[in-house]
Amino acid sequence: MIGEVDPTIINITVFVLAIFVGYHVVWNVTPALHTPLMSVTNAISGIILVGAMLAAGSAELDWGVWLGAVAVTLAAINVFGGFLITQRMLEMFRKKDKKGNA
Amino acid sequence: MSANLVALAYLVASVFFILALKGLSSPITARRGNLFGMVGMAIAVTTTLTVTSNWALILVCIAMGGIIGAVVARRVQMTAMPQLVAFMHSLVGLAAVFIAITAVNNPVSFGLPALLPMSSKLELFLGTFIGAMTWSGSVIAFLKLSNRMSGLPITFSGQHMVNLILALVMVGFGLWFFVSEATNWTAFIAMTVTAFVLGFLIIIPIGGADMPVVISMLNSYSGWAAVGIGFSLGNPMLIIAGSLVGSSGAILSYIMCKAMNRSFLSVILGGFGSAGGIISASDGTQKNHRSGSSNDAAFLLGNADSVIIVPGYGLAVARAQHSVKELAEKLHKKGINVRFAVHPVAGRMPGHMNVLLAEAEIPYEQVLELDEINSDFSNTDVVLVLGANDVVNPAAYITGSPIYGMPILDAHKAHAVMVVKRSMAAGYSGLDNDLFYMDKTMMVFGDAKKVVENMVKAL
Repeated sequence: MIGEVDPTIINITVFVLAIFVGYHVVWNVTPALHTPLMSVTNAISGIILVGAMLAAGSAELDWGVWLGAVAVTLAAINVFGGFLITQRMLEMFRKKDKKGNA
Repeated sequence: MSANLVALAYLVASVFFILALKGLSSPITARRGNLFGMVGMAIAVTTTLTVTSNWALILVCIAMGGIIGAVVARRVQMTAMPQLVAFMHSLVGLAAVFIAITAVNNPVSFGLPALLPMSSKLELFLGTFIGAMTWSGSVIAFLKLSNRMSGLPITFSGQHMVNLILALVMVGFGLWFFVSEATNWTAFIAMTVTAFVLGFLIIIPIGGADMPVVISMLNSYSGWAAVGIGFSLGNPMLIIAGSLVGSSGAILSYIMCKAMNRSFLSVILGGFGSAGGIISASDGTQKNHRSGSSNDAAFLLGNADSVIIVPGYGLAVARAQHSVKELAEKLHKKGINVRFAVHPVAGRMPGHMNVLLAEAEIPYEQVLELDEINSDFSNTDVVLVLGANDVVNPAAYITGSPIYGMPILDAHKAHAVMVVKRSMAAGYSGLDNDLFYMDKTMMVFGDAKKVVENMVKAL
């Protein structure tokens, strides 16, 4: 039966379930960490890098490859920038943690 | 790598992304969460490399982007986080548009049929217009937040009508693209350009005070843009990661709206905040306030048993976080119970104030959220309000007031209140604040940083 299902339907299934997961996970994030949440989601939305890599990695060399290459660069800024800035912010929260325990 | 293996690796990456967000439920697990996110991304990128050509080009581009990202991440100041985040949203939007254009140009390289089926066209349409609006909207948000453009709302008559017509035009072009059998570039490009313009127009009427909502909303959009591309390319990992980001941004927008007592619709329709800075005396009568010097304030603080500090954005603007930390430490050494009360909208983005206080190395155990500390104000000796206004305005309890129902910090219930402010000017809501005229309130005028430094010296 599953072989007859349109892949789009399966994608919609994934989509709906992922929203539920996102909803429940995000409500558990402590308000103090909402800015790091935003920067880490920024990095995660850089997952679009995967799509950009497929565009830039096309075996058929045409202008699409170059447009894809630009997209790869943009998405990589997001991925690296997002994770590193989150790390930097979370380090600040850790420093205090040590002090608090001392 | 076989397609099934790739799909399984993508599933593993998706699980890591969920764990990354889950880690943020407490500051102790947060760093591990961020690490999970990085691992997930590494798995996703490595797996994708096995199915693409042009490795050299891709790796060079990743390295370039990586270096730029790393430099930005290291250099950015914590007060500038909101504009950085807006800037990064714009990149996701633009990348989504570029990917969609390449997919229309050469569907086969993405594993799509050469002649795009209807469903793929619809998905590409969604991915492109959300991406385009994310880009242009974020650019405006970035310009407003970094003061390169006035934070005042830009409105003109018939604005909503123009937006509505543009939206219909955009959908019209989308439909044209959708029903054309061959690749209809005219329709696709016209649709994309209309979406860019619409993105600009939607954000320009939104005022500076509403920026925390806008930035959360654009965060959400950038996720939905990834979802759109995920549908176009039939990639469940993009759909999962995008949905996580999309729902996160949506929840943050909701939390911000609630904290500002604004409906999401009224924020989006814009125009609010135009009255910022104007004193509108509620009854026209001259009211008296009591003002004092920083020495008087220091004396009062030194004799208290319990102190709650309410930081607002004024504190961040004056870059006074570090002086405040010194003040808190000094009071702490005297055996005074010092705590910080953070309102959800104290700052320019969700959680901004917590990061600013963390940067100043104020222990996070001392930093409390509104619902954690609000009941303690009534048995607190002194409340020190630093550069905050609307979030401590007791008018929120008066029926009929424009901010009626807004959750506020109950500073007015404390035994004594001290407010450090530049002037008597109203906050973003344009409302006068009765707290400033109460008998137990002392106003200390001046730059937050200088005043606090003087207090530290006097103690």
